Amino acid sequence: MLVLLGTVPEENFPVVAGTATLRKDTLALDGHEILVNRGTPALVAAASMACETLGLRTPFSFLVGDEGVGHGSRKLYEHLQRELPVMGSKVVTFHYLQPDVDWHNRILLALQEKGSLPTLIADAGYMYAAKMSGFASCYDLFTPDIGELAFLADEMAPHPFYTRGFVLHEEEKVLDLIQRAYNGENAAKTLLIKGTKDYICTKERIFATVDTPKVTSLEPIGGTGDMLTGLVAALVYAGYPVTEAATMAARANRLAGKLANPSPATQVAEIIKEVPEALERVLEEAAKGQEQTRPTKYAHG
Amino acid sequence: MALQALKRKKKAPKKRSPDRGFLAFENTSEVIKAESLVRANGWKVNVMGPPPELRTGCDLVIEFPLVEQLNILRLLEKNNLSPLEVVPVDDPLLKPVDLFITTDYGKHLMVRAANMKLTIDKETLTIVNISGGGCPDVPYLGARLVGKDLREAPSPKKLGHTLCGYALQLAYEEMKRQCSFC
Repeated sequence: MLVLLGTVPEENFPVVAGTATLRKDTLALDGHEILVNRGTPALVAAASMACETLGLRTPFSFLVGDEGVGHGSRKLYEHLQRELPVMGSKVVTFHYLQPDVDWHNRILLALQEKGSLPTLIADAGYMYAAKMSGFASCYDLFTPDIGELAFLADEMAPHPFYTRGFVLHEEEKVLDLIQRAYNGENAAKTLLIKGTKDYICTKERIFATVDTPKVTSLEPIGGTGDMLTGLVAALVYAGYPVTEAATMAARANRLAGKLANPSPATQVAEIIKEVPEALERVLEEAAKGQEQTRPTKYAHG
Repeated sequence: MALQALKRKKKAPKKRSPDRGFLAFENTSEVIKAESLVRANGWKVNVMGPPPELRTGCDLVIEFPLVEQLNILRLLEKNNLSPLEVVPVDDPLLKPVDLFITTDYGKHLMVRAANMKLTIDKETLTIVNISGGGCPDVPYLGARLVGKDLREAPSPKKLGHTLCGYALQLAYEEMKRQCSFC
């Protein structure tokens, strides 16, 4: 089972759990209609479409309303501590939640008490909590953008809003930031770094880079990173190794963007619609053994 | 085995980055008022002695959950309490990101501050997209601000609750500055 969890931007939305159904631009879950725009609904929509394309079971989602105050997130944390360890999930993707280190640790401990951990993916607020907890290396994949990579690279930073001046949020510094993040034990086993060029890396090496097709207008579009996390979650669930799944997802995300022919004003729902075709093309490429870049070791260790 | 590793780490954790901040006030009376107010609104806070960097005359500071900075500051402001400084606990020398990256897409302009990006249509000044960030107020801010005119849109500081909201506020202010509205 692929489990996805996060928040929706509505204050009075209760904790709901189940398999979401995608209807045009909305998700239906447990009697609730949720607009697919950005955030966790975009993740759920993209992962659901990808699972359908891959012939997999639809993901199981846990959602709660939270406008940023944190009350909803804490209700969901409490629910997850009870429910998540007994689900027997294969892949769990943690997403938009109010970062809370204590709750993060309780959930990780509850999962570990059940024996071997599922494949753990963290993005957005939960990735912040995972880094701050000191247990980043328990995770299989983080999906930061360049600002979030700077936060992972700065062992003292409590949030991407606060990083020290010498940790620059610049793409030219990406290799240095990756090494700092791993040296400080603040990175997951694999990182998928979203940027002008996407980097897929482990502590030992850059596994791949993906920079085609170039769709410059994707960066301003809210939710394209969430969509990418949904794609990689589905591909990991399909059984691809995490590094390979991340490379394929980065490529599929860009292809979906190209197919949608977006402007910076396009909304992500328009791009998610292109997931099936983009993913089909990437699966064909993978079958032919095409890779963007061969793995390379870091220049200095 | 993994559980043992986690428990072992809990006993002797590696130095982790702070998730708490300090609020420094002008005097003790303000600290006490602020503590009562913040506690009454459901946050866990502690009153403690300040580190040397923060000794500004008052010998007490309030330790609070840093991610909720924007929310707590708004509550204090409503009640006429303004801290002199707000800093992360473990390193009071950490400063908010002040580097802005601007990308011109021709018809559209994007400004990034830390992990948050705000994009407008340059002709109509409509906010067309908000991206980045990881706290739960980001999708909420997107839902409230996208489609609004930059000159009339409520500021992210008024709607947001977290540091991501605060970062978006900086991007919003920088965008307004670049569009010469300030």
